[in-house]
Amino acid sequence: MGRKQRKQEEEAADPVETSPSRRAFLWKAWIGLAAVAVAEVVWVALGFLRPRRPLEEEEAAVVTAGPVDAFSPDSVTAFPQGKFYLARLEDGGFLAVSRECTHLGCTVPWIEEDHRFVCPCHSSAFDIRGEVINPPAPRALDLFEVRIENRIVKVNTANVERRSAFSSGQVTRP
Amino acid sequence: MPKDDRERKWVTFNHFILHFRPVRVPAKTLSYTHTFGLGGMSLVLVLLLVGTGVLLMFAYEPAPGDAYDSVLRLQENVTFGKFVRGVHHWSANLLIVVMVLHLFRVVFTGAFHPPRQFNWVIGLGLLACVLASNFTGYLLPWDQLSYWAITISTGMLGYVPWGGGWLQAAVRGGNEIGRATLITFYTLHTTVVPVLIFVLMGFHFWRVRRARGVVVPRAPGEAVDERPEKVLGLPFLFMKEFVVALILVASVFLFSALVAAPLGEAANAGMSPNPAKAPWYFMGFQELLLHFHPVFAVVLLPLAGAVGLAMIAYLGYGEDPSGIWFVSRRGRALARAAAGVALVLTPILVMADEWLLDLAGMAPGLPPILRDGVVPVGALGLAFWAGYRWVRTRKSATRAEAVQTAFVFFAVAFLVLTAIGVWFRGPGMALGWAG
Repeated sequence: MGRKQRKQEEEAADPVETSPSRRAFLWKAWIGLAAVAVAEVVWVALGFLRPRRPLEEEEAAVVTAGPVDAFSPDSVTAFPQGKFYLARLEDGGFLAVSRECTHLGCTVPWIEEDHRFVCPCHSSAFDIRGEVINPPAPRALDLFEVRIENRIVKVNTANVERRSAFSSGQVTRP
Repeated sequence: MPKDDRERKWVTFNHFILHFRPVRVPAKTLSYTHTFGLGGMSLVLVLLLVGTGVLLMFAYEPAPGDAYDSVLRLQENVTFGKFVRGVHHWSANLLIVVMVLHLFRVVFTGAFHPPRQFNWVIGLGLLACVLASNFTGYLLPWDQLSYWAITISTGMLGYVPWGGGWLQAAVRGGNEIGRATLITFYTLHTTVVPVLIFVLMGFHFWRVRRARGVVVPRAPGEAVDERPEKVLGLPFLFMKEFVVALILVASVFLFSALVAAPLGEAANAGMSPNPAKAPWYFMGFQELLLHFHPVFAVVLLPLAGAVGLAMIAYLGYGEDPSGIWFVSRRGRALARAAAGVALVLTPILVMADEWLLDLAGMAPGLPPILRDGVVPVGALGLAFWAGYRWVRTRKSATRAEAVQTAFVFFAVAFLVLTAIGVWFRGPGMALGWAG
């Protein structure tokens, strides 16, 4: 009996199991490859659409605020171009707080008469250290790194530091 | 007029209008008060938006430094610039209203029962696309209103659990609203969403034709007419549609000529306006944010609403009341009652939360997610569930009647919240007449 005849007899006896095995394999292979192709397209599209890395380099990110003695204790100075406030606390330490309200992103002004930050959008209030005095803000104002070099205060606006509350380790002392 | 079937087929094949309007329609569906032409009006408004939109693309410059000035130039120096922008702006706002009214009509005439279930879902997809289109378009003028409305609307995204920060940065194209945000929104608004709308519209219209047109109206208790009397679509249906379209276009043009589209001061990232409000169609959600924890107000409740809406068509009703306004006489009475209750209860709850309740004072140890989220939403949910069971058992309402009643209740409540957000929240989002 030839191989072909034997196979035909097998197929006649059990048509479903043996005959489409190559066809089934090829089908699965095509579908598998199609899935890989779709995954690749999605990966490329998502990568393309991700927020771009900014072209501007680090030098522009560091703002030179001024000499240490230019800021009196318990005062807040606005730096609009850096989008932060430089707060000098009563004990002389410095904090650079972001001007972006942690509730929904409005710009928070410093109200000197009340000695606090009050957000115009939903009345969140923060104290001089950026801590929440009045909801609905869920956490304290974000911070930027403060460096003091040769008695000159510099603020690095490249990286913003989220925090839930104030802690004394966040303060930079001259 | 064609004499025999062969001639009829030839006329249908050759005639332009009969390619997209049905040859025959049930005579009963022609009445204006059956559908109010709302679906057709939506199509007309979309076409107006595309036409004016393309014209605007020749004048608008999608970069933060140039956008506002290009809109100013369009209004001052381009012939009919102010008018075209006006038609675009008012059509966009009117479209949301018309689509929501169309959604109400479909619910209340039961036009989501089989075989129209999936078309209901497609319609919801279209609503989502139109909201997306309005939202992305809102930013483009880059005035104070746009900039801050989009700042806080995307700020809400930050509260989505597990992916909120990434989602917000993805939508904004970075950490702040800037160049990347504008070009992203512009591309979505002029290309991606319109293409989606056209595809979904085609699908939506085909499904209507496949279901043999709109639902055939009937009185409560009347049996379904299997072979309703039909009249020719051309002229009877098409002429009515054409007249509605003409009146709509004329009204929009007249209004746009008389009332200019708003344009505030140029966007200033250093100064947030007080109050800063989302676009009016999102004010219901911003109002929710003032009462509930952000995860509930921004994610869970809207998600529940969307799922609930989609599920309306698939709940399994055991009866087919399609074509009957408000299902039955009992359905009408229940709907009236639900609307009244929601109309009164919603402002009362809002005022109570604003001036009477002090949950932070009553339960100081409770974490905010429980105090402002799980507890109040759970309590309200329980009350709603009890109300639903009461309507079903004590009022002997069928599932179709009860679901419709629930829909009316939530729809009216959300409309009231939107109205409060738009007209009754002033500086600092304090409750009071805002004008």
